[in-house]
Amino acid sequence: MFGLFETGFGSLTWGSIIMIIIGCVLLYLGIAKKMEPLLLVPIGFGVILVNLPLGGLMETIVAGKVVESYAIDGEPVGIISRIFRYGLAWEIIPVFIFLGLGAMTDFGPLIANPKTLILGAGAQFGVYFAFFIALLIGSSFPDVVNIGIKEACSIGIIGGADGPTTIYLTNKLAPHFIGATAVAAYTYMALVPIIQPPIIKLLTSKKERAIYMKPQLREVSRKEKLLFPMIAAVIIILLVPKSAPLVGMFMLGNLLFTSGVTDRLADTAANAFMNILTILLGICVGCFMSAGAFLRVESLIVFGLGVVAFSASTAFGLCLAKLMNLFSKEKINPMIGAAGVSAVPMSARVVQRMGQQANPRNFLLMHAMGPNIAGLIGTATAAGIFLGMVG
Amino acid sequence: MAQEIVEVPITGKIISVEAKAGDSVQEGDVICFIESMKMENPILAPVAGTITEVQVSVGEVVETGKLIAIIEY
Repeated sequence: MFGLFETGFGSLTWGSIIMIIIGCVLLYLGIAKKMEPLLLVPIGFGVILVNLPLGGLMETIVAGKVVESYAIDGEPVGIISRIFRYGLAWEIIPVFIFLGLGAMTDFGPLIANPKTLILGAGAQFGVYFAFFIALLIGSSFPDVVNIGIKEACSIGIIGGADGPTTIYLTNKLAPHFIGATAVAAYTYMALVPIIQPPIIKLLTSKKERAIYMKPQLREVSRKEKLLFPMIAAVIIILLVPKSAPLVGMFMLGNLLFTSGVTDRLADTAANAFMNILTILLGICVGCFMSAGAFLRVESLIVFGLGVVAFSASTAFGLCLAKLMNLFSKEKINPMIGAAGVSAVPMSARVVQRMGQQANPRNFLLMHAMGPNIAGLIGTATAAGIFLGMVG
Repeated sequence: MAQEIVEVPITGKIISVEAKAGDSVQEGDVICFIESMKMENPILAPVAGTITEVQVSVGEVVETGKLIAIIEY
């Protein structure tokens, strides 16, 4: 007989209802508020889907038995668990997302104003700050949460606000954390317009936010844009070999963009390919937020530390920009330091909007893109350093 | 009467023009939107005044430095 318990209604728990509400909130933010809809819509809907019971989306077979949630050492049978295993766990999706990012990145602002590299590096301090806080929590409360050095690396890298790098590193060092860290990284990237402005307002004065920066950076030649990805790849990978997959793909994507002879490939990498990968990634990340996986002390601590990492990166980037102003004749608007958090181009967009609010003459987007892109390279390099240390 | 020149700050495509010659604008009013780096960027009036000229049109691809509008104040 087909009764209540053969339907999903019988298996609904309070946890799954809470998560469905969270999914609806994410959808509202994405659709109604237009906050990073390309991320929040698939993530939000993924959260709802996975918390509707008995759907089987994340099923894995462990020791001959079917379990409803994803298991690292099981055989994936649910459609989303398969996409996760063969796309994310096998590190294909994050690495190719970097190819697409490279193909849509204009290194011009960074080449025109190389001191923004320092701002990109400065924002990475948040990664190491969160790493140490995570280690401290792990050693202070070993019975509550299992955070060792590898887990701390995975939590710290969230501060780089770089989803593919977070997934790549966590998969290598602490795969059991991949759900919580991937969700934290992507959710915070999408929530950059909410998280960053209060920190920026707290650490800068109105006068500082209104500092005018001339929109016209120096002209960057085609030759410079062509040579940059090749030289940068060689130098960075020689310095930090473990950064090769991410940095290598990023620079290859950029070379496709700047070569002038591979426009079709660059166009595909930056558009159709990126869109496909974003859909798959968004659904996977959302489907990791099942009540059982997410509403646990460990996941909530990772989520909380993720905010710490993100906020610290924003704060360090801002403070470094203010410090640079003490020694520069030509002042920079310190808000561009916040764009060192490598959520490309979300944090540059936040800086652009706040810059225009403070001073309608200001157009900070291109100035902010310099640290934004430098931050991307910085986070991938930080991941390489972590891998070299403990991988 | 002083003049304020509003120029294109970033290479992109004009996707809408919100003002025309003869319009009065306040500081911060949107003159046009430029699409660049997959973002829609508003170009704001830097001063309050009257627009005497608008030199861009919808669909036009513009380079940094091109004249958008002149505002008399």
